[in-house]
Order: sequence, then structure tokens, then C-alpha cells
Amino acid sequence: MNDSMRGRNLLGIEDLSATGIVEILDTAESFVEINTRSIKKVPTLKGRVVASLFFEESTRTRLSFETAAKRLSADVISLAVASSSVKKGESLKDTVATIESIGIDALVMRHQASGAAVQVSNYVPNVRVINAGDGQHQHPTQGLLDVFTVRQILAARAGTSGRDSAAELFAGLHVLIVGDIRHSRVARSDMLAFGALGATVKVCAPGTLLPSDMSAWPVEVVTNYDEALQWADVVACLRLQRERGTGAYVPSLEEFTRTHGLTVERYRRLDPRTIILHPGPMNRGVEIDSQVADMTNAFMTTQVRNGVPVRMATLYLALSEEDSKEKHE
Amino acid sequence: MSKAIFITGGEVIHPTSTEHADVIVRDGVIEAVGTGLSAPDDAILVDARGCWVGPGLVDLHTHLREPGREAAETIVSGSQAAALGGYSAVVAMPNTEPALDDTMSVSYVITKAATAVVDVAIAGAITVNRAGHDLAPMAELAAAGIRIFTDDGNGVQNAAVMRRAMDYARTLGVTLAQHCEDEHLAEGGVMNEGEVSARLGLLGRPAVSEDIMVERDIALSRLTGCPVHFLHISTAASLRAIAAAKVEGLLVTCEVAPHHFTLDETSLENYGTQFKVHPPLRTRGDRDAVRAALVTGVIDAVATDHAPHADELKELSFDEAPAGMLGLEHAASLTNEALGIGENPLAFFALLSRAPARIAQLRATDVRPLTSAHGGDVVTGEDANLVIFDPRQNYVVDRNALASRSRNTPYDGRSLTGRARATIVRGRLVVNNGELQ
Repeated sequence: MNDSMRGRNLLGIEDLSATGIVEILDTAESFVEINTRSIKKVPTLKGRVVASLFFEESTRTRLSFETAAKRLSADVISLAVASSSVKKGESLKDTVATIESIGIDALVMRHQASGAAVQVSNYVPNVRVINAGDGQHQHPTQGLLDVFTVRQILAARAGTSGRDSAAELFAGLHVLIVGDIRHSRVARSDMLAFGALGATVKVCAPGTLLPSDMSAWPVEVVTNYDEALQWADVVACLRLQRERGTGAYVPSLEEFTRTHGLTVERYRRLDPRTIILHPGPMNRGVEIDSQVADMTNAFMTTQVRNGVPVRMATLYLALSEEDSKEKHE
Repeated sequence: MSKAIFITGGEVIHPTSTEHADVIVRDGVIEAVGTGLSAPDDAILVDARGCWVGPGLVDLHTHLREPGREAAETIVSGSQAAALGGYSAVVAMPNTEPALDDTMSVSYVITKAATAVVDVAIAGAITVNRAGHDLAPMAELAAAGIRIFTDDGNGVQNAAVMRRAMDYARTLGVTLAQHCEDEHLAEGGVMNEGEVSARLGLLGRPAVSEDIMVERDIALSRLTGCPVHFLHISTAASLRAIAAAKVEGLLVTCEVAPHHFTLDETSLENYGTQFKVHPPLRTRGDRDAVRAALVTGVIDAVATDHAPHADELKELSFDEAPAGMLGLEHAASLTNEALGIGENPLAFFALLSRAPARIAQLRATDVRPLTSAHGGDVVTGEDANLVIFDPRQNYVVDRNALASRSRNTPYDGRSLTGRARATIVRGRLVVNNGELQ
């Protein structure tokens, strides 16, 4: 675990200590202000080249990363790979070797296969790799922007700055993650990020949508969803990954909504200060009711907005010089 | 006729004893075994001091890839890897393209195998195109010399088809070998299911997918009386089931692959595709159970499951990369290490030569026209298929210096102990001083 991601890849949250996560959040905090200016650009990464390589299309994440890179004045090259090159028989190694030889400093990549970012980071050791989601493994910047969003909300409520009170804000915080944990890279990153910062994390899902073995995470699996909702300060809903054949994991979407959806009835029983998160895109009416999604304590647009400064922070840190003390370790 | 070979100063490994003796090989057979023999005038001298002299190793489970995927391996390149690994015979698996499910494809391999440096026996497919539906012409193939049948790569999923295959095979005197994985349970999985797969976000192939098929086929063997050989067993529970079946007296045998007693699922932490294999690397507990069972009689044989894959396929994402790893060149070293370096020559040759030869029906008592006997005793008159194995030689695995056409070894950079100094196939010295002749 690293106390700083300066000069390093971001492949998964497990590589970061709480200190390392807080460094990213604090850096992001300093970038928030840039996004409110009329000229939303700083020269920090001028002359650096950031490639975005999305084997699996994701307009939102790609847009967020590319905006982040541009606000830091990096040159952005965007490659529409989809999975076409693989079908043509090009290996992951050859694809990234080609892009590396064009001359890039950082590579933001999304891939439908777990571990693809890890594999690529081994192929191009001189390029900083930022994982923008790999299969069912991790989506670290989503995990970071989720903790960033929660820290921001709690700091505003407490009338403090998130930067000064990171530890206190998360200590004793109750986070409930609900839904398709099994197929969710967001859940894996969220569990680790909230856990590292000191929050207590519980997960709730139908048995078929839990990973086969949860012992890797410092979380408790609970079965009584309604009770857990009363316990929670933060409720993180997950997209039911229908496109990954999850249909067969639950008898029907209606039944899933009945047992694990954030319905209006359940919403009414929540403490009004409960923070509701969803990584998007939402299946309105499935894991979250359409009305609930538009309530003031549902922070989906804040999450999207915070995506940019958090991703600016990861790019900035990844392309910074490694801390000299760590170099000697 | 080849030159005589004089193997001097080694420890000859018999089935239940060892002796310090010289061995003279001439005209494809062992001419003499004893002390104080003098070297024939024309003999090639093999210095066997510090070495075991035993029957050439027999691999029950080799994927030679020819026909169909010659870029990954050919019969010749695979046989060279085998010879360097100490093997005098290998059993070629039928999952080629096309599959070895009829006499035409089998005769193609037999013809090609004439240029191999070790003997190549063939396993025929149980079902047409290994599809699990219609029985392959097993009687015709048995008449062509095939003694073992498997759909390896896949298990026969349908229990009724497997039962029919057993009923049919029993009367032919052949053995059915099963790749035990229930494909419904293992579907889409790329590694062992458990804590590590959950964390890595990789779909799992649960241990029970193997256990269930092992239990099923034990029941079918009990029903039909047909011998069943279980390929590459990887779980502690499967071993317990097989142990019980043996106590019951059923005709079951099993093999394990070196990677299942030397590696476990934690090797996959970095998504290295060279560790992707079916059945997958299991838990540390399974690995230890497999290793412990090497000497209890539950495990009959160590077999490589040598599965060459071209680099460009192993450089795909973990989900897309093919499963399988090389085995022929390092299996003997890994087995030697697992048994205690140099400590257990009887078990070493039982696991790597004598039992596999018995299961594949390659012994003197099984010999058919044009074939040579493997896995026998080192005594006068036996066919000269031998290995001179130095159990204490150290070397470092280098994936770029293999005889195989492929480089997908999981042991690259690892230091291993024990290596074939010489391999003799049908009286011909094919490897000497660790190099192909």
C-alpha cells in the first residue's frame, strides 16, 4: 500500500493507504475551484499526452476523464478501440505497444475484462496507467469520487473543510452498499475506499448477487435490508448489470425491486439526512425508484460533477514526480 | 542398428528396490545389467554417477497440437520437449483440429509420429468431435491400437452418454479418461472460485464442478465395471472420493499435474495469463492435499497436461486468453522436489513412468506390433526406454530456451532441482548431457 500515488499507476484502491486516498481527495479539492471559473483551464500538464483507450464504451467516464485532462492542459488522444482489434487478433500487448510508441505519458483505460489494466501496466512500465474500470474488478476513480462526494457533503453540514477533518468525518460513518455486488467493480472500489477511511461498511444483496467469498473485504453482509437502511448514513445503490446476464441471478426485475430496490416506501422511512449515491447509469424503477433518484438527498449529479476534479487529481498525481523518500525504499 | 550404449556408475531403480549397477543397451533392448560390466568396444559412454537409471518417463497427458495448431507445437517439437524432460513416451490428447475421433485423423498422427524423438501413443476421443453427443468409433480405433479415450479439454457432460461410453468401452478392454469439470457450474469461469476470484473480479470455476463429476463417474464405473482414469485432479474433495472408490475396489485411477501440487490460486494476483489453466490452480489447502497424496497411493500418476499456446493468445486479456500451460520439460524436476530432492526414486518412477505406462497400456505385457514397451523394469531383455536422471542438478527455467514452440510456462525464472541427463528411446540416445542429440 502506498501513502502517495505520485508517479504511480492507479489500478485499484487496494494499492492506496488512507493517507494516499486523502492526498487524492485533498488534491481534488484544490481543483474544484477551477471548475467554477469562467476559464476552466490550468497549465499544469501542458505538453503531456494522455491517451484514453476504451475497449468497452462508456461515454460518461470517457468524457469525465478527457475533460479532466483538458482542464490540466494535457493533450488528449482518444482511441476508439471497442473490442474490434481483439477480434482482428491483436493482443492487448500489441495494442498498447502501438499506442505507447506514438508517445504518451498516461493511459486511461477501460476494458470489459478484469485485470486488463494490471496486465497493460506490466506491458508499458514507462506509462502511468489509470484504470477507468476493468471488468468486475475495480473502478477506482468512481470509488474515490464517491468518498470525495460524501466527505464534501459531511464537511458542508459540519461547517468545516473536508481537508481538515477527513478522519473525523468518516469515523463511525455507516455505509450500506446494496444490489449487484457480485458483478460490480464500483462496489469493490467503494468497499475498500470507505473502509480505508474508517467507515463501517455493510453490504446487502440477494445471495446470487454476492461474490462467492466476501472474506477479502472488511465488510459485513446483512440480509435484512430494511433494518440496514435505518442503520445507514450513506446508501450506495448499484446498477443491476443486466447486460452481463444477471437476469438469471434473480427471478425477475420486479422481485429484485421488491426485495432490494430503493422504493418510495423505503425512502419515506429513511432519515432525511441519509446520503443516496448511485454510480450511474441508473435503471430507474429497478434498483432505485425514479422519484427517489430526483430527491435532494440523492447526489447523483454531484457525483458526476465531482468526477472531473477527482480525475484531474489522479492524472496530476500520476504524472508528478514520485516522492523522493519512496524512491529509496 | 544403433550403437551400443554403456551407462556407467548409476543407481538402477527397479519397481521395489534399487542397485548400483551398469547397464548395457544394444539393438533397442537392455543387454545387461550388473556390476563390473566392461564397456563394449563400440559403445557410447553415458556417465550416470549421481544419477538414477530408470524406465523412461511416460506422460499420460500431452497436447501436441498437431494437426491444427502447429504454430503452438508440433509432434516433433513436443517430442523434443518430452525427451529433454526425460520422457520416452507421451500420450497425445485428441483435442486437435480436427479431433482424433476417427481412424483417418489417428493414422495422420501415427504417420507424423514416425519422425518424433519419443514414442507417441494416442488417446482417441470418446465422442465425435468431442462434442459430448455421439460415440466415436471406439472399436475401430481400438483395433488401430488406441487404448485410452478421452474428450479432454471437455468432460463428457451428459451422464447418459458417459454411461453408454463406459458400457461400450468395457468390452473393448480400453480405459476412459475424464476431464472432470461440470461445465454448467464452471461456465465462464477463468480461475478457482473463492476469496481470490471475488477480489480480482474474475469469474470462478468452483471446486465442486470437479468433485461432482468425479463422484458421478465413480458411480458410473461402479454401475458399468468400466475402468475410469481421472485426469488432472485438483481438489482435496476429489481425492477423498477417489480414495474411497479405491478402497471399494473400483477400477479407478487418477493423475495430477505438477502445477496443482506446486502452485495455487494466489499466483493469479497479477493476472498473469501463464497461470490460467483448467481445472484452475486451487487453494493452498488443495495444493497441499494433492502434494500429500502423491505418496499415499491415491494418486497413481503425475501427468503434465502440457498445453502449448502461442504468445499472442496468452497476451490477450485474462478472460480471453486460452487456458493451459507447458509441462513436459519441468514435470520431473517438480515431482522430484515434491517427493524430497533425491529421496524417493521408487515413488518418482512409479508416478512418472510405471503407473502411466500401465494406465496407457504401454507395458511389455500390452505390447502390440510396432510398439515398444515403456515403464518396465530395468532388466536384461526389456525394451531400452530409459532415463538417466540426476536428482540433484540445479537449473533455472528460461522461457526463451525451451524446446517447445511455445513459451507459456508458469515457472519462468524459477530455480528447479533434478534433470534428465540422458534419455534413451528404443535403444537410441536422444538426449545426452541434457541436450538433444
